[in-house]
Amino acid sequence: MSESTRRDFLVKAAQGTALAATGGLIWWFLLKNQARATPFAIRPPGAGTEAEFNALCIKCGLCLPACPYGTLKLAAAGESIPIGTPYFLPRDVPCYMCPDIPCKVACPTGALDPELTDIHQASMGLAVIDIESCLSWQGLRCEVCHRDCPVTNKAITVVHHPRKTSKHAVFVPLVHSEHCTGCGICEKVCPTDVPAIRIVQADLVQGKMGAHYRLGWTIDTPITQEFVPAQEAGPVRPGVDTTGAGVDYLND
Amino acid sequence: MPATLGGKLRVWRFLMARRAVQAGLLLLFFGSLHWGWNLFGRPLLVGNYSASEVLGLVPLADPFAVLQTVLTGYFPTTEVLVGAGLILLFYGVVGGRTWCAWVCPMNLVTDAAAWLRKRIKVRDLVNVTRNVRYGVLALTLVLSALAGVAAFEWVSPISMLHRELLFGAGIGWAAVLGVFLFDVLVLRDGWCGHLCPLGAFYAVLGERTAQVRVAFVDERCSRCGECVRVCPEPQVLNFKKAAEAGMVASGECINCGSCIPVCPEDALRFDWRHRIVAARRAGDPGLEKSQVPPQRRVA
Repeated sequence: MSESTRRDFLVKAAQGTALAATGGLIWWFLLKNQARATPFAIRPPGAGTEAEFNALCIKCGLCLPACPYGTLKLAAAGESIPIGTPYFLPRDVPCYMCPDIPCKVACPTGALDPELTDIHQASMGLAVIDIESCLSWQGLRCEVCHRDCPVTNKAITVVHHPRKTSKHAVFVPLVHSEHCTGCGICEKVCPTDVPAIRIVQADLVQGKMGAHYRLGWTIDTPITQEFVPAQEAGPVRPGVDTTGAGVDYLND
Repeated sequence: MPATLGGKLRVWRFLMARRAVQAGLLLLFFGSLHWGWNLFGRPLLVGNYSASEVLGLVPLADPFAVLQTVLTGYFPTTEVLVGAGLILLFYGVVGGRTWCAWVCPMNLVTDAAAWLRKRIKVRDLVNVTRNVRYGVLALTLVLSALAGVAAFEWVSPISMLHRELLFGAGIGWAAVLGVFLFDVLVLRDGWCGHLCPLGAFYAVLGERTAQVRVAFVDERCSRCGECVRVCPEPQVLNFKKAAEAGMVASGECINCGSCIPVCPEDALRFDWRHRIVAARRAGDPGLEKSQVPPQRRVA
């Protein structure tokens, strides 16, 4: 290979690499930017984690005609939801929780988990209440969300909330995340101008307590010998042996 | 172009057939989705070109989209793999890029762009090799693995087009308009012939397996170049290679058939690869296929 042809080859290779790297970077940025918007999409039942759903959904739209209520939409280009993926707006049309889950059956790729057989196990989102605009929390007897919730008296309960003696008690709705499927019927029926109860991705609002907290007054967390203090912490006070379970200086 | 209507229709026969298939399939999708077209209660064809279902029984899927999905690290279900396999088998036999000319809805847009471009006589703004598409193809596969999403499916103007047509309004039309303007003003056959990784995927697929090919009779050809002028992938009409193989063997040929009716010497026709190969082995140049007597080559 002569000097000039080798040079031509190297320049060509560098140009190609530069083009691919630049194009690839912009492309990668576009993909990541779209994927970032996904926590705001409420997905059909059976959708797994956002990463899993984004990877598996092939954007075919087969779930749309499968839904008897016309709940699902495909995200159009320019929406803040990844292009072509199915989602729904509960305030417009919620999920009515068909027991045979026809949208999941229609999904060809497994983006809607074929293993999901009980619609009550679905987790499309979580209902959250804005207590500042909720009629019940202001003291009115509303409770429409509680009465229309398909997971009757489990996902939403109404609890008695006594106040000062000069005021009457209020009856407030509370959502229980272990039963709420995120179907959105509560958001649909909420009578306020802007719904006071809404479906969001659970990850966006749910906290986590931490395993080391003990609710000593509840029946299922008795204080026992297995209640082990941190072993790696070393002696609390010089000369005191803290290796035994449940032993520290207070037990001396 | 012949003056009579009959002559014109003869020249346009493959074009009309392609339009019928392209529009017919879109209509089947649209009718099944919006007008409830069905056979014994089974919807005819639901979904779109990414994945679909025929009569609620046979799954079909875009093998390139499924390949990208697999590369994300999440494994799809058997149903879509079977669907991709069926499509792969079909285009493997008829020629990968037959998709491009006969089915892909973007072909309607880019053919319109090519037509307009010819009328208003635009020159290319840039000069790019057609091999860029193989770079885009490689980039699609690498990015699918890196970003964890099907990289082309998330930006594909083809998918935007059929989703807009079937499922409704969005700014996906802007991407389609972009492809149209790019093809008209920037680069001839810019999208389909230079950039599209789906076309590149099917070109790789069709290179060896394609059975439906454009047969070439060298003894008739006068090298007038009419075919090259109408071909959207003119590099595939390499007379030397075509003469050696007896056909247009390149996987980049989209089997549109545009070259066949314009050939004044009747040197081109659709045929099966195995018949072309067998005829060449037997030393038969395939002249009997033609009604036109062979002409002397213009040197």
